[in-house]
Amino acid sequence: MALLSHTCTKNSCRYRPGVQNQPRRMTIALAGNPNTGKSTVFNALTGLHQHTGNWPGKTVQRAEGSFVHRNKYYILVDLPGTYSLLANSADEHVARDYICFAHPDATVVVTDATCLERNLNLVLQVIEITPRVVVCVNLMDEAERKKICVDVESLSRELGVPAVATAARSGRCLDKLMDAIDNVASGQLKTSPRLVAYDPGIEQLVQKIMLKISPLLPEGLNPRWVALRLIDGDHSIIDALARYLGEGKNSSSHWGEEMALCTR
Amino acid sequence: MSKNTFALTQLSIGNSGRVDSLLAQGLTRRRLLDLGLVPGTEVEAIRRSPAGDPTAFLIRGTIIALREEVSRQVLIRAESDERGI
Repeated sequence: MALLSHTCTKNSCRYRPGVQNQPRRMTIALAGNPNTGKSTVFNALTGLHQHTGNWPGKTVQRAEGSFVHRNKYYILVDLPGTYSLLANSADEHVARDYICFAHPDATVVVTDATCLERNLNLVLQVIEITPRVVVCVNLMDEAERKKICVDVESLSRELGVPAVATAARSGRCLDKLMDAIDNVASGQLKTSPRLVAYDPGIEQLVQKIMLKISPLLPEGLNPRWVALRLIDGDHSIIDALARYLGEGKNSSSHWGEEMALCTR
Repeated sequence: MSKNTFALTQLSIGNSGRVDSLLAQGLTRRRLLDLGLVPGTEVEAIRRSPAGDPTAFLIRGTIIALREEVSRQVLIRAESDERGI
């Protein structure tokens, strides 16, 4: 008995007082096309404990909430809907910047089971940035009504990341979704996303640029992804990158020039 | 049979066609592909804004409005004989 209480005190010293065995908070991003039920998933998981917060430098809001699963504390970030990470509008910028630069412990891409093909484009773009992805095939109730079957296991195998079929409106299979999130966020499950292979010419260029930029990039930024964006020549994302990397070290314009030189 | 293609702009309301190819390059091209306008995709013109531009299209289960300057860069093959103009 004495020994037990002793261990407890020792444990609580390491963590915040009053909370037993409080582990690190995990941050989970919720991304997806517009109208796939992201916010329904968000509300179902968090029980509508949401408050909104501003993402630095942006006026468009994202919602944040929390839930506890397997005795772990998760912060869930509901992002504006987007068709692509190649942002076109202010809210798409919010989603893109969060997924690209905020380094959530896992990103859940919520997809619409009734039009998966449209939704998988974003999934492929997200797994190009991070392997820590869970695909949530939502609106299964609606798909069933339309006699659409989704082979979630094959989908998961093809993508190389876990896929879970849910119907967030009725709360169906959300426990499975939370399990998958936990497995990926904790690193228990190592995913191996199937990456898009581009034309040999592009791939060669990617290798060349990666060699040059890898030493310039901080840990956590995927050099392949950065190389591809530089080839795209999307200035909005190059500027965002420069802003992100410019914080703390050399000025962003200097960095931007350096990056531009790498693509020559 | 010759490839009977025309710009998406010319698809009249209520008619549909299939994407043949994209004339757009660079980021506009990428954006169109992201919106689901991949060759072979069925597109239906749903309605036009009172000002004549933009036009709403049904693309893979979602209605998306495109400005003329963009839809002009999408080439369409008519479905059956529903060629608008």
